[in-house]
Amino acid sequence: MRRLINRHPSRRMKILLGALPFILAVAIYAIAADARGADGPDKLMPGLNAITSAMSRLMFDIDRATGARLFWADTWASLARLGVGLGISAVIGLGLGVPVGFIPCLRALFEPFFAALSLIPPLAVLPILFILFGLGELSKTVLIVFGIAPFILRDVMLRVAEIPREQIVKAQTLGASSWQMILGLVLPQVFARLISSVRLSLGAAWLFVIAAEAITAEAGLGYRIFLVRRYLAMDVILPYVLWITLLAFAMDYALRQAHDAIPWTRFKEGG
Amino acid sequence: MMAVIRLDNVSKSYGETVVLENVSLTIEDNEFLAVVGPSGAGKTTLLRMLLSQEAPSSGRILIDDAPIAAEPMPDRGVVFQRYSVLPHRTVIRNVMTGPEWLAAPFTGRVMGRARAALKSRARNMLDRVGLGDHATLYPAQLSGGQQQRLAIAQALMMNPKVLLLDEPFGALDPATRRAMHRLVLGLWAEHKMTVVMITHDLSEAFHLGTRVVAVEKRRHDPHAPHRYGSVITTDFDAKPRLARQIARAPA
Repeated sequence: MRRLINRHPSRRMKILLGALPFILAVAIYAIAADARGADGPDKLMPGLNAITSAMSRLMFDIDRATGARLFWADTWASLARLGVGLGISAVIGLGLGVPVGFIPCLRALFEPFFAALSLIPPLAVLPILFILFGLGELSKTVLIVFGIAPFILRDVMLRVAEIPREQIVKAQTLGASSWQMILGLVLPQVFARLISSVRLSLGAAWLFVIAAEAITAEAGLGYRIFLVRRYLAMDVILPYVLWITLLAFAMDYALRQAHDAIPWTRFKEGG
Repeated sequence: MMAVIRLDNVSKSYGETVVLENVSLTIEDNEFLAVVGPSGAGKTTLLRMLLSQEAPSSGRILIDDAPIAAEPMPDRGVVFQRYSVLPHRTVIRNVMTGPEWLAAPFTGRVMGRARAALKSRARNMLDRVGLGDHATLYPAQLSGGQQQRLAIAQALMMNPKVLLLDEPFGALDPATRRAMHRLVLGLWAEHKMTVVMITHDLSEAFHLGTRVVAVEKRRHDPHAPHRYGSVITTDFDAKPRLARQIARAPA
């Protein structure tokens, strides 16, 4: 009898095992919803039929107030906020993290400040952002950037510090200036990490998008969820949560693919 | 091209801890100096000072009677035991890196005919070190010995006066090591450099070096082990100059 830790599932078995909890969760929900719905439609656990009809209304019918298909308008609004926020954060992270991480004087100047900045809870400054930047898109974007950029920045700086001293000395013996080392040595090596870093901050970015939308917005996935909460519209909230999860998964997957597309990261760093 | 290295009363200490004490040494042009000594004796500190990666606490280091620059420069090439190539560049781009940086201060990339010329120079260098078939691979795809060949090729593209080797073969298996010894001796003769190699392998030191020095602590205070630094305890002409010159006489 082989030990448990030495028994590996086959490829097909692996897929099957991985799918099992999903199937179980859906099945349990369907059965429970069916049981609760036996004596009339149930608000808290709508059946699959109720969910489909609510969603098809949001996806295909044009809303009279806004003149848009709400589901797609919400998706677009949230993704745009997320994309702009993450993009700006990545640019800040790389643009500041590389020079500050690499040049000792800049490092001494900014590192303590960045460390303090990254400890400020972003949601606590949300009122300040609303006061300063109004209730529009700007304050939402700033919130995401405020929440994500310090993390990416510190991660980039850590990666810069991880570049072996030998490589930097060698580059100098090859005649490299500080600028050439930034351009030809630090940036390309840090870029791979930046992608992973953005990927790891996806969860937090979604949190800030939804938090901002919950408070004030005219559209957005988070906005919709918090809006229909007043009517206990679980038939909208549940599929929206699933959709957000799916979007997050897709973005995570895309970023992982982007990371693996950098040729040299595919080979493990060896002797 | 001449390269006489002179260490003039060089000492190095970190705070209270004395690592090297009053090292004076003249390394003749085209010498192959092997530095041996136990771990922690300050061999690597010596090499780092020759590189200007660290500054001596007192004393001077001169090449051809001029003090060396205060930071690493292309006149002194180096190969470390590890991490001396750029992992994100292919083998051929690694070899082209130095000349590219020299020629293109802003972009670090040469173009057009200059690129073609550099590429063929890089190819010749790769052929010389036996990496001709691996030009498009990334360093992590190479074996340990191949990575060191690449690091040497990369350094030699700059035609350094001095080549510094910090235990370059320490992580290699014996057969690979022997092949590397042949390569390094050949390149040393072709490029007429002065070589300083740190090693903890005595037989390697005597096989490669024309001169072998041992760096060691001469005095030891058991109550204050940091008190005394290492000095050069042995200085041995491994291959007399005359014999060497005859061996290298034009065939």
